[in-house]
Amino acid sequence: MSAETKKMYGILAEFNNPRELIDVSKKVVELGYDKFDTYSPFPIHGIDKAMKLEKSKLGWIVLAHGLLGFTAAVSMMYFMSVIDYPINISGKPFFNAPAWVPVTFELTILLSAFGAVFGMFFLNGLPRFNHPLFTIERFKRSTDDKFFVCIEAADSKFHADQVHEFFKDAGAAHIEEVYE
Amino acid sequence: MSKYQYVPEPALVKGDHDFASITHLVTDVNLRPTPKTWYLLMLPANALLGLLLVSIGYLFWEGTGIWGLTNPIGWGWAIINFVWWVGIGHAGTLISAILFLFRQDWRTAINRFAEAMTIFAVMCALIFPAIHVGRIWVIYWVFPIPNQMAMWPNFNSPLLWDVFAVSTYFTVSLLFWYVGLVPDLATLRDKASDKIRQIGYGLFSLGWNGSNRHWWNYEKAYMILAGLATPLVLSVHTIVSFDFAVSVIPGWHTTIFPPYFVAGAIFSGFAMVLTLMIITRKVYGMEDIMTNDHMEKMNIIIMVTGSMVGFAYMMEFFIAWYSGVEYEKAIFILRATGPYAWAYWIMMACNVISPQFFWSKKLRTNVTFTFIISIVVNIGMWFERFVITVTSLANDYLPSSWDYYSPTIWDALTYIGTFGLFGTMFLLFLRFLPMIAIAEVKAVLPQADPHNYDENGTYHAPVEEIPEHVTVAKPKNA
Repeated sequence: MSAETKKMYGILAEFNNPRELIDVSKKVVELGYDKFDTYSPFPIHGIDKAMKLEKSKLGWIVLAHGLLGFTAAVSMMYFMSVIDYPINISGKPFFNAPAWVPVTFELTILLSAFGAVFGMFFLNGLPRFNHPLFTIERFKRSTDDKFFVCIEAADSKFHADQVHEFFKDAGAAHIEEVYE
Repeated sequence: MSKYQYVPEPALVKGDHDFASITHLVTDVNLRPTPKTWYLLMLPANALLGLLLVSIGYLFWEGTGIWGLTNPIGWGWAIINFVWWVGIGHAGTLISAILFLFRQDWRTAINRFAEAMTIFAVMCALIFPAIHVGRIWVIYWVFPIPNQMAMWPNFNSPLLWDVFAVSTYFTVSLLFWYVGLVPDLATLRDKASDKIRQIGYGLFSLGWNGSNRHWWNYEKAYMILAGLATPLVLSVHTIVSFDFAVSVIPGWHTTIFPPYFVAGAIFSGFAMVLTLMIITRKVYGMEDIMTNDHMEKMNIIIMVTGSMVGFAYMMEFFIAWYSGVEYEKAIFILRATGPYAWAYWIMMACNVISPQFFWSKKLRTNVTFTFIISIVVNIGMWFERFVITVTSLANDYLPSSWDYYSPTIWDALTYIGTFGLFGTMFLLFLRFLPMIAIAEVKAVLPQADPHNYDENGTYHAPVEEIPEHVTVAKPKNA
């Protein structure tokens, strides 16, 4: 397979430990690349700062879902117990706020949890089963014991030779070109 | 010698492990051929599951009359088993959520395992409220969906709150468990060499590739889920206790019920985790990850929650006397001396006395002894629910309506059958899913901390700085 016939996705470099990954991430950021990603078998302490990652937006998604759950619960009970079919139970008020706390609470939590889980997958663009990186045999170890950096060809500063050179200087254990 | 001693933190993972060996240790269980023992264990589990299905089938055919329910004891083993199983489930959420928020890194060894236990225990629990209704074909009346009476559920009823609480709890536990599983399923996908496993694990790992941009959102999601699951788990057993506490039956109508139920739930759940952990780690050779230090820490939690439960028992007696209500006083005296005194004293012995042995370091680090106590605790907790449910119903306000409750064979068979469901699910879990949170265990290894490497990328094991004038305590289980 030659580089001319297939579109390049990026250049992947392999590192042996989390420290090297953090160091190389800092350099990638310094050089001004912004379309790049690092891959590791577990989240690494401090990589967010090294990669200059922005704060996750997930909290807002969860808040919105939580508010939706709260509103839905209260309006559902209000409709059912006050508007649609009010029933006098032991002379209690139809709008019996204290008794509605448990259901309101549970539905708020339920919707927030949906927001957290599905919001996280949404922000991560998952599920995505066909990723160019999955064509690389060595990349399988990104979920085992190796640490990878990939600078993507879509980056405006991307020049294959320069990136090769950079990874070599950074002490990569292995460098490989990735095609779509 | 100073009066202070420096106690070194025991290593979370024993033995000489690195990332690759952890991956291998855990995934090998799922990737190697099924061991014969697994089939041997699956056989009785499936037999009991069959028993459960037969018992439920007969119940649907014949009605709740096959159980030992009488007037005035309209709630029997079904509610006892429900509360018992739900309570067991609580330990999983406590380990995965509350210990996470408290930054207890030792949880990583047992959280996957305990969360699986939670889900299967809640499944067993959910069976009972579903089948006990008698007219099973109108079970959908418990949900707010339109029915032929054009009526809606009664939102003032604790039983309805329970429907929402337990179903939310099950859903959130399942999501939490699945989120934790995704990176590990990706590990299995990448480790598997055959097509079926690659596709199967690949499908459920959703294309996870270990991207740190993904981990960034993932960790946030995990933190938020832990924050949501913490009040949730406390609310669930609180609401379960409302089933009793909101009624006006003597012995039930007390405000101590929610905290006392939650403590009891954690108490029994940790015992169940220990029972399962001690067997599993032996069978699968996971002693390096599920260490004796873990066992000791869990025993301390059992001791603390057991003492809280014991305190609650005494407080109930005090408040019964202090309230000045004749019926309250009578029911508590009847519990300890009346027709069910045998059950009461089994409960006291198992729940109040047995955890106190763990004050001794020798006993709480002894595997066999822990195993025995873990079973004793769960027997005790079953009897606690029996005492609460049956004594109060059997001997309430009017002595002329008192009766003695005896279960039938079908009560017993249904209960025993739930162990079949639990066992089957648990064996399937051990066979097909990683029983230890691989990514999380790797993250607590000293090799995972970038600070433990020098500029050249060479690893140096962290050295503990011991302050001057301080003696070092003997390391645990050295």
